[in-house]
Amino acid sequence: MADSNRMLAVLTRSISPELARTLDLAGYSWKAIGSMLEASDAESDDGWAGVIIDADDDLESAWSFLRTLRKQYADPTPTLVLVGGSQLPELEHRDDLFDDFCLAPFHPAELEARLRHLLHAEVEVQSADLVEYGDLALNLETYQASIGGKPLDMTYMEYELLKFLAQNPGKVFTREILLSRVWGYEYYGGARTVDVHVRRLRAKLGEQHAGLIQTVRSVGYRFGQSRWDS
Amino acid sequence: MSIEQQRAYVLRSVEERGVRLIRLWFTDVLGNLKSMAISPPELDNALSDGMTFDGSSIDGFSRVQESDVLAIPDPDTYELLPWGDPAAPEARIFCDVHHLDGTPFEGDPRQILRRHVQAAHEAGLTFYVAPDIEFFYFEPPIDGQEPVPIDQGGFFDLTTNDVTGDLRKNTIRTLETMGIPVEYSFHEDAPGQQEIDLRHTDALTMADSVMTFRLAVRELAARNGVHATFMPKPVEGLQGSGMHLHMSLFNGDDNAFYDESDGYDLSDTAKAFMAGLLRHAHEITAVTNQTVNSYKRLVPNFEAPVHISWARNNRSGLIRVPIAKASNPLATRIEYRSPDPACNPYLAFSLILAAGMRGINEGYELPEEADANLFEIEDDVLEKLGINQLPHSLHEALETMEKSTLVREALGEHVFEWFLRNKQSEWRGYKTQVTPFERDRYLKAL
Repeated sequence: MADSNRMLAVLTRSISPELARTLDLAGYSWKAIGSMLEASDAESDDGWAGVIIDADDDLESAWSFLRTLRKQYADPTPTLVLVGGSQLPELEHRDDLFDDFCLAPFHPAELEARLRHLLHAEVEVQSADLVEYGDLALNLETYQASIGGKPLDMTYMEYELLKFLAQNPGKVFTREILLSRVWGYEYYGGARTVDVHVRRLRAKLGEQHAGLIQTVRSVGYRFGQSRWDS
Repeated sequence: MSIEQQRAYVLRSVEERGVRLIRLWFTDVLGNLKSMAISPPELDNALSDGMTFDGSSIDGFSRVQESDVLAIPDPDTYELLPWGDPAAPEARIFCDVHHLDGTPFEGDPRQILRRHVQAAHEAGLTFYVAPDIEFFYFEPPIDGQEPVPIDQGGFFDLTTNDVTGDLRKNTIRTLETMGIPVEYSFHEDAPGQQEIDLRHTDALTMADSVMTFRLAVRELAARNGVHATFMPKPVEGLQGSGMHLHMSLFNGDDNAFYDESDGYDLSDTAKAFMAGLLRHAHEITAVTNQTVNSYKRLVPNFEAPVHISWARNNRSGLIRVPIAKASNPLATRIEYRSPDPACNPYLAFSLILAAGMRGINEGYELPEEADANLFEIEDDVLEKLGINQLPHSLHEALETMEKSTLVREALGEHVFEWFLRNKQSEWRGYKTQVTPFERDRYLKAL
């Protein structure tokens, strides 16, 4: 599960579409930054959840950035470096500056797995019983939900679906995944059941908030905004 | 999603939301919504063991000697009723009715539909329904007087003094908060007439939704001093109210009605289903159009079907195959146009599904499309083409139904017999009436 409060910093001169897509699909909030200065400006009070360096051919700037970063915090920010095959020797003797690396061009599944592992300790900062996103609040202990302060009454399956989506904001799920994760594999209605319930949830959320659950054409659904759109 | 989790969810929600009263809903054979109210402390027990009640007090339920039955709430249908007092919220749960030994009660329409839906499921198919429901808003009726529509609007009209529009909008918002998504709504042709089209869902949920819909429309109208009615033909000379049903069968994620290689995008399954519906249409009409008044809607010139035929874009036929905007496999469907909103949706959906499935299972051949305006063709020509008409009266519909093994099997002996008896008695009551039509025509002349 991705951390929905804290952001990843992506240090790069220009973000590649593959990297943006991978981070979005994995459900991370992230911000592309061009320099150290920009990084401290863009940083929120609770700091970065992690840093990804897409060094391209400018590894020197990357190392200097990382050195500053390591000096700045007692509790180091998890850091992953993307390097090309020819740059591998550069990693030598710099093990203290980064936590993991991934070979570029990267395989999306590998990068996602590495990030998950790297950020393992950083995530799950939200209270386990409360899921909040914008105007929506779900209390997992009491099964109660509210939108803009008003109670949102749902059937059990609607609640389960919304809970699952809201716990994974920004991440795109196929209908099949939603069906198996929310309903369980044995459910016979097929993935169309998901569409029907999403439509019902949107109806209950009301016009103003119906957009919380977005249709991702020919893929499935995503809860909340994608960083990619903004 | 175990049943225990669902029950726990309902119990907790009732507690957290301070629900004061839980209404246990079920439906009688004629499609009237019945309700038993219980207080929250009784809910736990009701959810696990059901509530016993005297079935003989409900039309078409048990005979006196075996009168006790059990209403078992279906926790996935738990929903807050949005029109009550917010300080003392009420919720509803639909129930399945069982015998005391736990077997399904054969007089319960919801269980009958459940059986048909299950049978389709065993063939790998899910039955989806989306109804277009028409109804009228009238001034509160006065006995013996013609009903007065609350506006003089027409099709898609936007009037300035739009009581109707506000009421309809409010109703739609209420339906949506109850998890009944609305696709379109508009002012229909006739003064006071409305149409609300619901978004497709599986047949059982949709039958529940139609029950909720009828209550919500009436309830909200009444709160505004307006009378809403689903009577099929409330005013002579004006269009009647129908409930066109858009239907499709899905095999997992694939629309079993769709075949891109066909000129109409219709699969063999769709064609056989339509053939089944057409062949058995006459037999099932007593249920899809169950009142004496229903047959005053099924006449020429009011956009209601009269002939048992199908076509793509011909609204004079019984089945229409809507043309999807762009070829969309998911949207391929058929529209069955005869039912009216006064039917029992559980039984109507059951018989439609049974007729269609019969067509599929026995490989019925779909007759030729009838794309001409059938109202302009002489009856004897149509008969030669093999195009027959729907029943002209409740009496005629009941006569065919009585001989139908399909309907007997699909409804089960109990409901079949009771329905026939009840409706034959309705017909007898009607037949002995001397109407203003007769007095105007004969009193002085004869």
